[in-house]
Amino acid sequence: MLYNIFIDPFVQMVQMPDLLVQTLWEGLVSGVLYALIALGFVLIFKASGVFNFAQGIMVVFSALTLVGFYAKFSSWGFSGHAAAFLALLLAAGVMLVLAMLVERVVLRPLVTQPDIILFMATFGITYVLIGFGEIVFGGDPKQMIANELFLPSGSVDIEMLGGLVSLQKIDIAAAVIASLMIVGLALFFQKTRIGRALRAVADSHKAALSVGISLNQIWVIVWFAAGLVALVTGIMWGARSDVSFALEIVALKALPVLVLGGFTSVPGAIVGGLIIGVGEKLGEFYWGPLLGGGIESWLAYVIALVFLLYRPQGLFGDKIIERI
Amino acid sequence: MSGPKDAVGETMGETLLAVDGVSLGFGGVKAITDVSFDIRKGEIRAIIGPNGAGKTSMLNVINGFYHPQQGRITYKGQTRSRMRPYQAASQGIARTFQNVALFRGMSTLDNIMVGRTLRMHRGLFWQMLRFGPAMREEIDHRRHVEDIIDFLQIEAIRKTPVGKLPYGLQKRVELGRALAMEPELLLLDEPMAGMNMEEKEDMCRYILDLNRHFGTTIALIEHDIGVVMDLSDRVVVLEYGHKIADGTPEEVKADPKVIDAYLGVGH
Repeated sequence: MLYNIFIDPFVQMVQMPDLLVQTLWEGLVSGVLYALIALGFVLIFKASGVFNFAQGIMVVFSALTLVGFYAKFSSWGFSGHAAAFLALLLAAGVMLVLAMLVERVVLRPLVTQPDIILFMATFGITYVLIGFGEIVFGGDPKQMIANELFLPSGSVDIEMLGGLVSLQKIDIAAAVIASLMIVGLALFFQKTRIGRALRAVADSHKAALSVGISLNQIWVIVWFAAGLVALVTGIMWGARSDVSFALEIVALKALPVLVLGGFTSVPGAIVGGLIIGVGEKLGEFYWGPLLGGGIESWLAYVIALVFLLYRPQGLFGDKIIERI
Repeated sequence: MSGPKDAVGETMGETLLAVDGVSLGFGGVKAITDVSFDIRKGEIRAIIGPNGAGKTSMLNVINGFYHPQQGRITYKGQTRSRMRPYQAASQGIARTFQNVALFRGMSTLDNIMVGRTLRMHRGLFWQMLRFGPAMREEIDHRRHVEDIIDFLQIEAIRKTPVGKLPYGLQKRVELGRALAMEPELLLLDEPMAGMNMEEKEDMCRYILDLNRHFGTTIALIEHDIGVVMDLSDRVVVLEYGHKIADGTPEEVKADPKVIDAYLGVGH
């Protein structure tokens, strides 16, 4: 038994490096997507201290909006790349409207309430979006318009290490786009006036107000940014499988990612996402058979639990300094 | 320093801010009742009074955190029934807080930089690329912030996260952040609370320097009566939300109502 746990998997890794590379790659790709979802959570948590439960449904909703607009356009005989990008633009617009609505209808009236109440309010947003989405777009899964958005399909096979490693082109595209997005957000947070203002709001509302930062404006900005991240995530996930409400469950994988990376850290979300993604795939492939398989769905939470015991603020989270 | 008794507004300069008949309540609790006073350009104005007299509420009304039910606020000749925090900040009112409110996760430098928020105008895109005009703007602001850091003698803690600093230094950083706004009116809520003698003296020096060399108008709340009498040009005294006295430190000190309410039997 001990041999099976501690020795055998590593022997396999060394003996068949091509399989290991393939597994690592798949782990990294799903890790990048987890990181993207987690990023949406981090944005809102940083600026308002609210854990936005609705982030998962925002992914689904934005993707459905995109596909829905495109379907409408093609029913008018307007299809192809131009229509797809117009739909993309409109979907982004819808996320902006959503951000403004959330700020006006949910956040502003609740501004002085404890965090837990705002958290519960995001549950409300979740169910409103689910209901609204089902009314408008219907409940059945949709096809993502990947080709129309110039996303590649098919795979690249690379011969290496005595085997064949197969990389899906869409995965490569996802990794590249996610990396660009992450770099953009990191610059935005670290280097710009609004980024600094966002961090300020996260730390102290009244101090931020006193230097003339408008909370309402900041909230719209972060919810919009989180909406855009959701849209990109939705496109990528949608292109790999299809667009349906089931994606929302996948979005909950962001939780262990956040525990690992720290709720307030953009790099944390990325590294956390990658660790969870790779850990999951490696675990499933090498250790899964010992337990009869299927450990991929819960391994992430176990990793997160272990982390909570030893480093509750996460890898990159803000150190909690409390003066007594 | 102390202003003349009769020639109102002549030597001190014109009125910068006036509150007129302001009343503020929370539910059934009256925090401020019909209080009027003014702050003249270039003076140091103290607001004193026992605990719960409504001093902090008054500052919150002035910078727009609280909206009074009655009364008017005239700032720079513009009369409003209420201020908004953004208006107050963009028109040059800066403040510090009784229980330091800093951005704890950020360094001293970043905290003070946040004070420049309203003065930065370049587009987001340029800021992200740190290029061209945005870079120049950032450098200009950094220079200004470094001057403040020099002035407050906090060079050594420039990069330290403020959450780690001792209380006295936190108060100094907070003052720095307010100064970064280049305020015309600086509201200080107990700037010396919880400080030792030496820190208090430093803080007094900064306040006087600001007032004399940079002409900043200052309104401050303070409990240390000695400090108040030394620093301020005029003093307004609140008790249970009412104004009971207003005048030079000498006048206020001699006022029997103030002696009863505030200074106690010993006087």
